[in-house]
Amino acid sequence: MGVRRVVVTGYGAVSPLGRGVKAMMEGLFARKSGVRLVPALAGVKGLRTQVAALVQGVDPQEIPRKYRRAMSSHSVFAALAAQEALESAGVSREIRTGGRLGVCIGTTVSSPIATEECYRLYLKELGVEDIKGTLFFQIMNHSCASNLVQCLGITGRVLSPSAACSTGNQAIGYGYEQIAFGKQDLMLCGGSEEFHPLTAATFDILGAASVHFNDRPAQTPRPFDRDRDGMVCAEGCGLLLLESLESAQKREAPILAEIIGYATNADPLNLADPHEDSIEACMRLVLKEAGISEKEVDYINAHATGTLQGDTAEARAIAKVFGDAVPVSSLKGHLGHTLAASGALEAIATIEMLRRGKVIPTLNLEHVDPSCAGIKVPTAPEERLLTVALKNNFALGGVNSCTLFRRFVHDR
Amino acid sequence: MTDEKVIEIINTAMVEEFELDPEKMVPEALLYEDLELDSLDRVDTVILLEKAFKFKIREEEAIREIRTLGDIHRFVIEKLRSLKA
Repeated sequence: MGVRRVVVTGYGAVSPLGRGVKAMMEGLFARKSGVRLVPALAGVKGLRTQVAALVQGVDPQEIPRKYRRAMSSHSVFAALAAQEALESAGVSREIRTGGRLGVCIGTTVSSPIATEECYRLYLKELGVEDIKGTLFFQIMNHSCASNLVQCLGITGRVLSPSAACSTGNQAIGYGYEQIAFGKQDLMLCGGSEEFHPLTAATFDILGAASVHFNDRPAQTPRPFDRDRDGMVCAEGCGLLLLESLESAQKREAPILAEIIGYATNADPLNLADPHEDSIEACMRLVLKEAGISEKEVDYINAHATGTLQGDTAEARAIAKVFGDAVPVSSLKGHLGHTLAASGALEAIATIEMLRRGKVIPTLNLEHVDPSCAGIKVPTAPEERLLTVALKNNFALGGVNSCTLFRRFVHDR
Repeated sequence: MTDEKVIEIINTAMVEEFELDPEKMVPEALLYEDLELDSLDRVDTVILLEKAFKFKIREEEAIREIRTLGDIHRFVIEKLRSLKA
């Protein structure tokens, strides 16, 4: 079976820095933070973290009611991001509905908002009489993926991977494999996430949420910084349109980057704390998949969420594989942790960095923690020729994922 | 409650729930063809009516015969009359 080359020909974003890829990139380059105090969190007993990075200014009414009725926020974000991705890639209606375009998008826990509503109605009188028929469609695990195919008229494959914070990265990887092995010509891939107090609580309970910056939200999270105290939950959606090189060239689509490798592995040592050895193994695996050496990587977009153990494990693993030769940054300081969306939103930003030859430094990184030493973490923007970039994501439950992107050169 | 009031409650609830154009809310409007509702909306219409009029109708055979907005009006008016009786 032949393996086909896969490129990225479009993308769309809804992030805490605004709607659209342009708004996100402007915010990232301007060192803006999407993290805010969320007053509603103060009413949740026992919840210490009061900050989050939420999507602003999105009007669900843009989507026709027929589709919107089955959508919670994560599907609304995805529908808008998909629209941007398909438009920017110049995908025609014929391609969209022709069966060669598929979808691979996931969430962490589908819709916590709709789930709360359902259980609220159910538990009120232990009855189901007030539960609308459309509520279930917002709750099912593949709600986001199914909503996308319904509202876009897509007739190809539907995949809905879910692996917490690795979801977006895995969705790109699995979409890449669909195309590489000739099962589809185009795949709309990514992750989506909607905020709920219980999501923040999950990390708060585990001691992994930032709790000491409620009075200065923009100063947290602080990936790799000695004063970091945890991650900050966020929401949004990132979608990348992946396409076979052949298909992209045939229809003269804009080629933004090439995907040259994807790897994922499991870390059975601990449910919550990623171990540096398994991260190292995953990074070595993706290099092997791509058939390149570590010396060919010009930039690493870290998962680094601002947790004590996670950042240290990732920094140590990177140091082991790459030493201090490759610039590393995390975008969690700007965006917070968009969980299922993070792999995709950060991949989009990574590709934009490749194309522009500019490394965005980690926001809120002022003093590198000694436990994260041994890697190169720029604290100011760096302009340099970037050809290959690695995107890391690691998930609760022990799921690592790494994708390699290469700047596309037309005469390659 | 007068028949006019019943019709007003039904129409208002449906316009709000399904974002319908109030001008299209005429008795002869076909639910699927004219109001562009579908089977999922049909399920939610029953829930909407049960909530608005505080009765239970989901097991009634007669609701399967409903085709137009006027059919809903007549069904609810008759149901309320039968409950009163």
